[in-house]
Amino acid sequence: MDDSGIGIWGVPLAIFSGAIRVSTPFIFVSLGETITERSGRINLGLEGTLVFGAMTAYAVAVMTGSPALGVLAAMAAGAVFGTIHGWICKWPKVNDIAIGIAMMQFGLGLAFFLGKSFIQPVAPKLPSIPLGGWASSPQVQAALNINVLFFIGAALAVFLWWAFKNTRVGLILRVVGDSTDAARAMGIHPDRIRLLATAVGGALAAIGGAYLSLYYPGSWNEGISSGQGLMAVALVIFARWNPIGCFLAALLFGGAGALGPALQSVGVTQGYYLFYAAPYVLTLAILIATSSPTRSLAGAPGALSLTK
Amino acid sequence: MHIVRDTPLPQAGKAVGIETLGMTMRFGGFTALDNVSINVPAGSFHALLGENGAGKSTLVKCIMGFYHATSGSLSVDGREVSVGSPKDAATYGLGMVYQHFTLVPSLTGAENLVISRAVVPAVINWAKERRDLAAFMERMPFKIRLDRKVSELAAGEKQKLEIVKQLYLGRSFLVLDEPTSVLTPAEADEMLGVVRGMTQRGELTVLMISHKFHEVTKFADAVSILRRGKLVGSGKVSDLSTAEMAAMMIGDVKLAELDSRLPVVEEAAPVLSVSQVSAPDNSGLKTIEIDSLTVRSGEIVGIAGISGNGQKELTEILSGQRPTDTGTVHVNGEAYGATREETRRNNVRFIPEEPLQNACAPKMTVSENLAFRTFDLKPDGKDAIWLSRGGMKKRATALISDFKVKTASSASPIAALSGGNVQRAVLARELTGAVDLLIVSNPCFGLDFSAVAEIRARIMRARNSGTAVLLLSEDLDELLEMSDRIMVISDGKLVYETPAMNADIGVIGAHMAGHH
Repeated sequence: MDDSGIGIWGVPLAIFSGAIRVSTPFIFVSLGETITERSGRINLGLEGTLVFGAMTAYAVAVMTGSPALGVLAAMAAGAVFGTIHGWICKWPKVNDIAIGIAMMQFGLGLAFFLGKSFIQPVAPKLPSIPLGGWASSPQVQAALNINVLFFIGAALAVFLWWAFKNTRVGLILRVVGDSTDAARAMGIHPDRIRLLATAVGGALAAIGGAYLSLYYPGSWNEGISSGQGLMAVALVIFARWNPIGCFLAALLFGGAGALGPALQSVGVTQGYYLFYAAPYVLTLAILIATSSPTRSLAGAPGALSLTK
Repeated sequence: MHIVRDTPLPQAGKAVGIETLGMTMRFGGFTALDNVSINVPAGSFHALLGENGAGKSTLVKCIMGFYHATSGSLSVDGREVSVGSPKDAATYGLGMVYQHFTLVPSLTGAENLVISRAVVPAVINWAKERRDLAAFMERMPFKIRLDRKVSELAAGEKQKLEIVKQLYLGRSFLVLDEPTSVLTPAEADEMLGVVRGMTQRGELTVLMISHKFHEVTKFADAVSILRRGKLVGSGKVSDLSTAEMAAMMIGDVKLAELDSRLPVVEEAAPVLSVSQVSAPDNSGLKTIEIDSLTVRSGEIVGIAGISGNGQKELTEILSGQRPTDTGTVHVNGEAYGATREETRRNNVRFIPEEPLQNACAPKMTVSENLAFRTFDLKPDGKDAIWLSRGGMKKRATALISDFKVKTASSASPIAALSGGNVQRAVLARELTGAVDLLIVSNPCFGLDFSAVAEIRARIMRARNSGTAVLLLSEDLDELLEMSDRIMVISDGKLVYETPAMNADIGVIGAHMAGHH
C-alpha cells in the first residue's frame, strides 16, 4: 500500500515523531504553568499568551529574518501578558481564574487584530537537528529530525525539577505557593513572587506559541492553536506539579495527538478522525482515574485557588 | 523619624529581657490595649493570661512589630527600642511561635529551617547544610527528623520544630502563643519542661500566652493578667492561687453551672452503634477502622485524640459525608445512612467543629440558618413548598433570646456574629425539639469562659434528658469534665476505653501518643 517499505511500522514511528513534534508546545506551556501554579496562582490565560506569542514570533521573524529573534520577542510579549495578569491579581477580591479567562480572550483578539497582515508572508523556520543520518529509511530520518526547542524544553524540565529543591528561588516559590501566611511571616512578599512567577510562566508559554508558528505547523493563521494553552493546565494537574512529570505527560499527549494523522497516513480511511480526539479523551480519562471524592489532591500547592 | 540603633544586638544563646511601658493600641474608636506595662526580665518564664479578646495577641503583636502601638514604648535589655516590623524585632532577638503553625507543610524540616534564614545562598549546598544542621541539632534539647515533610510530622513534632526554628534563627526572647493546644499532656509537659530548663540556664526568655492554669502554675515564674485590654493583675505565680487568677481573668461574670450528672441507666438502649466500619482517610493511604462504638441514651461518650488521628473522618462517616468500605452504622436499631429523612426520623443532631464553615451558610441570615432543620416542613410535618418567612422569624427570635445569642437582629448574616455566638446559634438549632443522638466535635474551641460554661451546661442538660451524646474533643479537660466514658482514637482506630470517673490522664495521654 505504500512504497516506503516500512508498512505498518509507520504507525509507531509516526506516533514517536508526532510525540516529539506535537509535545514541544505542551512542554513549554505546562512548565510555565507549573511555575505559576507552584507560586499559588493559576493562569488560565496561557492560551491567549500562546497565540499572541505565535503571532509575535512570526511577525518578528518575517521582519528581521531571524527566527531566534522571533522567539525572544515572543518571550517578552508573554512576560508582559503574565505581568498584567499578576498585577491585576494582586488586588484584593480579584479572582485569578476569571482574570485568566479575560486575558485569554484579550490575547486571542489582540493577536488576530495585529496579525492580519502576517498571514501571507513566509517566515524563516526554527532550525532542527538531524539525528537520523545513520538510517537509510527517509521516514526514520524525518522522524529523527528534531527541533532545538524540544531539547531546550527537556533540559528546562530537568533544571526546574532540580531548582525547586536546590535553589533559593525554588524554595521561596514553594513557600509562597504552599502557605501565604508562612511566606509573610518570613518577610517574603507573596504578591511580588506570584507576579514574577506568572511573568516567567507567560514567557515560557509564548515560546510554545513561537514553536507553533515558526516550526510546526509553521505558519501564522487564526486557527494555529488547538487549545494547547488550556490543555496544558489539565496536564499540570495530572503531572502533579512536577516538571519532569509535565515533560512525560506532554510526550504522552503528543503521541496521542499523532495517532489520528498516523492512521490516516497508513491508509486507514474510516473513523481515523475519531482518533484526533484521543488527547482530549485521554485527558478526561486520566483526570477521572486519578481523582477521588474522598481523597485530597496530593502534591497540590496549598495556596492555589483551584484546590481550596 | 530617624532612630539611631545604639542597643547592642543580642548574642545567640544569651537571654534578653523586655519591658513595655504604657502600651496602648486603638483600632478606630475601639481600645484593644489600654496602658499596659509588663516587665519580663532576662531568663524568666512569664505567662500572659486572659480571655479571648482580652488583648493578649494585640500586646504581643505590638511587641513583635506587627502592629504599631498608638502610644507606649518597648525596651529590650533596659534600652528603649523602636520595632517597626517583625524583621526589626528579629534583629533584637525577639521571636514568636504562633498558635497556628507557620511551617510550610510541603517542605521538609531542613528546607523550612534553611529558607527561613535571613541570608540564603542562591544555590543551596545540601551536603553542607545537612552537616551544619546535624551539628546544630546536637545542641538542641529536641530530637526531630529534619528530612521528612512537615505535613508528615505529628502536631507535637511540628510545635517543637517551630521552637527549634526560632532558636536556629538565633532568637533569645520567645513569645509562645498557646503552645500546647495541640499537644498531648505528656508532650506538653516535656516541651515546656525543656523550655523552662533553657530559661533557667539563662539561654532564653519566654512570654507564654496560655489559658491552662496548671501549665502556668507548673512552669511559669510570673504572670500578667489582661481583661478587656487592661492589665488587671500581675505577680509571682507562687503568690497567686488558681482561683485568684481565674477571678481576675473573667471579672464578675457569673458562669453557667453544669447540672448535676444523673446516673446512666444500666439498661439504657444503645442509640448509636457502629461496628466494623472501615473507610479510607483523606490521603487515601490510611484507613479508619472503628470496630465497635456504642453510645447509649443518657450518656456522653468522649473521644480523645490528637487532631488528625481520624476524628474528622469518623464524624464524616456519621454525617454521611464519607462512604465506607465495610461495616454498619445503626441508629435506634435501624441501619443509618444519614439522609435527611433518616436524620429527621431518628432525631440525630450534629455540631461539627468550626461551625461557621461546617454548619452554617455564612452569608445567609441568622434566622435562615436557624431554620435549616425545619424550613422544608409545614407545622403538620408534611413537605412545604413555600417558605414561611414569618414563622421562621418568630422561631428565630424565640431561639435567639432562649440561647442568649448576641446579634444585631435575626436578619443579619450569621458571619457577622462572634465565634461564641455562632456556636450558640448552632446549638439552638440542633438542640431544639427531641434529640436522640447528638454528635459534637470540639464545641468550645476558641471560646471564652462564659460561652464555654453555657455550651457545656446545655450539652449536659440534653444528656440528662436522655440524649445520647458523642463528644469528640482535643481538650482532655473538657472530656474529663463532660464524659461518662472516654475512648481514645489513635491512627484511625479506637485503642482504649475507660470510665471517665477516676480515669488516668497519663494512660489516656500515652494511648493518644500511640503507645499502646
